Amino acid sequence: MTLLSLDMLLVLEKLVLIVIIVFASLGIALYTTFAERKVAAILQDRPGPERAGPFGLFQPLADGLKLIMKEEIIPTSSSKALFILGPGLAMTAALMTCAVIPWGSTVHLFGREIDLQIADINIGILYVFGVVSLGVYGIMIGGWASNNKFSLMAALRGASQAISYELAMGIALIALLMTTNTLSLREIVNQQMAPGHLWNIAYQPLGFLLFFICAMAECNRTPFDLPEAENELNFGYHQEYSSMKLGFYLFSEYINMIMSSAVMASLYFGGFDIPFFDENVLPQNIAALVGVGALLIKIVIFIFIFMWIRWTIPRFRYDQLMNLGWKSLIPLALANMLATGAWILYFG
Amino acid sequence: MEALTNRVKEVNRKPMTFMERLYIPNILKGMAITFSHMFKKQPTIRYPEKKREFSPVFRGLQVLNRDEQGRERCTACGLCAVACPAEAITMEAAERLNGEENLYREEKYAAKYEINMLRCIFCGLCEEACPKEAIFLSETFAPADYSRKGFIYGKEELLIPNPLTDPEGFAKAKGPSRSN
Repeated sequence: MTLLSLDMLLVLEKLVLIVIIVFASLGIALYTTFAERKVAAILQDRPGPERAGPFGLFQPLADGLKLIMKEEIIPTSSSKALFILGPGLAMTAALMTCAVIPWGSTVHLFGREIDLQIADINIGILYVFGVVSLGVYGIMIGGWASNNKFSLMAALRGASQAISYELAMGIALIALLMTTNTLSLREIVNQQMAPGHLWNIAYQPLGFLLFFICAMAECNRTPFDLPEAENELNFGYHQEYSSMKLGFYLFSEYINMIMSSAVMASLYFGGFDIPFFDENVLPQNIAALVGVGALLIKIVIFIFIFMWIRWTIPRFRYDQLMNLGWKSLIPLALANMLATGAWILYFG
Repeated sequence: MEALTNRVKEVNRKPMTFMERLYIPNILKGMAITFSHMFKKQPTIRYPEKKREFSPVFRGLQVLNRDEQGRERCTACGLCAVACPAEAITMEAAERLNGEENLYREEKYAAKYEINMLRCIFCGLCEEACPKEAIFLSETFAPADYSRKGFIYGKEELLIPNPLTDPEGFAKAKGPSRSN
């Protein structure tokens, strides 16, 4: 039925999708915090959280409860509005990326074809980049509004790191977009699923490596975690934060990690495609759900690799980080782009 | 200059090769090492379900000994109090009356014997100093308490159970691997 020239059922369908995807992302992020502690522990020969519930599964709930129960401290010399705005911005920017990721193919419910994606806009990947750049504001505002020299230094480092690595990420992406000819994420996934095509990792291995390293830098993840260095910069840009605002900062980092994994899985590893398996043999709804499961497994593998690297390598010094971003990754990305362009020109 | 020791190890100061400057092969080697740690046995002991074994010479809580007939050995001579470097032991002596031969070995006994666990450093010098083999350091440790008064252990907490009235308690408190 149409009301105000809008198809109300479409609005309802999108609202339900938004609620499901956002809450699922928050739930996955919650248990990612638990997985981080468990993976860190296993890589260090110890068991990790085990006592809060069976196998320690209630630990993130306990952590969340602890953060809520703590005292909300707002330093009097900070600028109050910006202080409260910082974590909110970080969390918003982190969650907004989930809108364009294709979580599955289409399901057939109630006589309608529903795409498992909130918004299939035709500039999908560009939107993701724009929103991720907004996340930098969350760090900068948080560090500056704290009125604390250490937080400010950390925020400066965080912002400069983010913009340096966005460049290399963008250039690596251009090489990919030259082969796919489209910016929409669903189109890219559909191309990889088409028979006769391999996943984009086979066409752009160097591009994937560059994208992966830059994604780690964008998520402020070790070895690039100087902005939130626990033992160097006095805990970094979220030093003055307590209780749920700190919870938001920490949580937004995990959500960023999940969304980066989802974007990488969609761009280079076929998204909701299951390898060596033809989905047409299954009924449509089941195939879509299995596709969602495949995407979640890929996201979990990427998150594990993020954590694995975190607990292997010490963090980079600031000048090493900048050297890597500007002097190594950007020339490599440019070379990759030129090579891809030459290949397309000569081999079609 | 001549080397001062024969365990000299030559440090590699050559400039990094191209593969080393990439960092990626070394990072992958490191990642393989951490991955292999996932499959190693964890040395963690899940307390309190499992406890670690103590050695036989472990110095834990003090125990005031009795002999086989259940008589207290301690004669309140005060040598343990003098030997204690933390001045944790205090005692008051009393004379054995005529009907109490089955309670105490000799004519002098300790009416009040207190060890302040907050001062005790569990060094074992009281055990070495005692001439009557009356005090031993066992294999338990002092549990937590909410007040300082709860840590001043008197004779009731320190005495070993009577072998005549409570033989299993006595055997358990004697411990598994003592030679006397």
